[in-house]
Amino acid sequence: MSHFLDALRRRAGAILVAVALLALSLPVIAQIGDTSYRLRDAEQESRARDIGKELRCLVCQNQSIEDSDASLARDLRRIVREQVEQGASNEQVMRFVHERYGDFVLLRPPFKWSTLLLWATPALALLGGVFAIWRARRRANATGIGPLELTEAERKRLADLQGDPRA
Amino acid sequence: MSDVAKPAARASRRKLLVYAPLGVAVAGGISFWAMLRGLQDGSFNPRGVPSALLGKPPPDFTLPALESTGLPPLVSADFRGLPGPVVVNFWASWCAPCIIEHPHLMALQRQGVPVWGVNYKDRPREAQGFLTRLGNPFTRLGVDEPGRVSIDWGVYGVPETYILDRGGIIRWRFAGPITPELMAQDIQPLLRRLSGG
Repeated sequence: MSHFLDALRRRAGAILVAVALLALSLPVIAQIGDTSYRLRDAEQESRARDIGKELRCLVCQNQSIEDSDASLARDLRRIVREQVEQGASNEQVMRFVHERYGDFVLLRPPFKWSTLLLWATPALALLGGVFAIWRARRRANATGIGPLELTEAERKRLADLQGDPRA
Repeated sequence: MSDVAKPAARASRRKLLVYAPLGVAVAGGISFWAMLRGLQDGSFNPRGVPSALLGKPPPDFTLPALESTGLPPLVSADFRGLPGPVVVNFWASWCAPCIIEHPHLMALQRQGVPVWGVNYKDRPREAQGFLTRLGNPFTRLGVDEPGRVSIDWGVYGVPETYILDRGGIIRWRFAGPITPELMAQDIQPLLRRLSGG
């Protein structure tokens, strides 16, 4: 163990330098990939990014189009930005994509009859739990402890054990 | 302990506690088996994206022809006043599954079904090479190099195949290569039905 610590101490300088270099390189890593589509207007770009984060990449499926490097995701990113640049609202852009790819493209599923169970599951689980607790408590109250009054025989036995002074 | 009527109820409760997990496990097992079967015969696809265009006409579009083929281009007006159902296939020369499904498109063409193609994100020379090598099943061919029209159709990868009825309404869509099972169970019966009534 001390051997390991010694080695660490000896190399502390090198490790520090490596960490510093890594920290410097992080922004570079973040910029890898196609950036040509980015909008010059920072506000529009952030709006486009917000929209893109709500849209599923249909090729990789568990990534949003903002996170995915698939060529379809790139095309959709471009389309979102073009529409934002032309002044479309978030809803209009979402509708454009939704009309073509259906509910599946929305990372947040819409609330409707076919998704009712999906949305209601947490509430149903909670209700089920509350019901189970309520039933268990009621049963415990009804049968758990039993009558609190001692019977005549029990009273007598207790008195014998205690050596009732009246006896 | 003071109660004598309870043991029977308690025993049935214990039985329930034993059988309930067993029941859940059996139900889970059956569902899992059904899922695996569905995966095997293709009727269940957890990654499948249902088309948003079913029951609707295709979007408005104009695609240029692939010059070297001499085939007419593909525009949305072509879907008006059809004599029967048509098959629309999105493909590319760089797409390996497109090679696998190609014989089925050729078979449909021999059968007299109009097969219209959209060449997706491809180079003209390579697209032409693909058709020269494997044969040309298409009677119309549009070139969608930017991939925009394909997005309007809701295409998310090639190959994708659509069947439209004579009214120009999209009736069927499949994402992925056409298989012999798909031909026998879905495509042929649907084409028969659509060209019948």
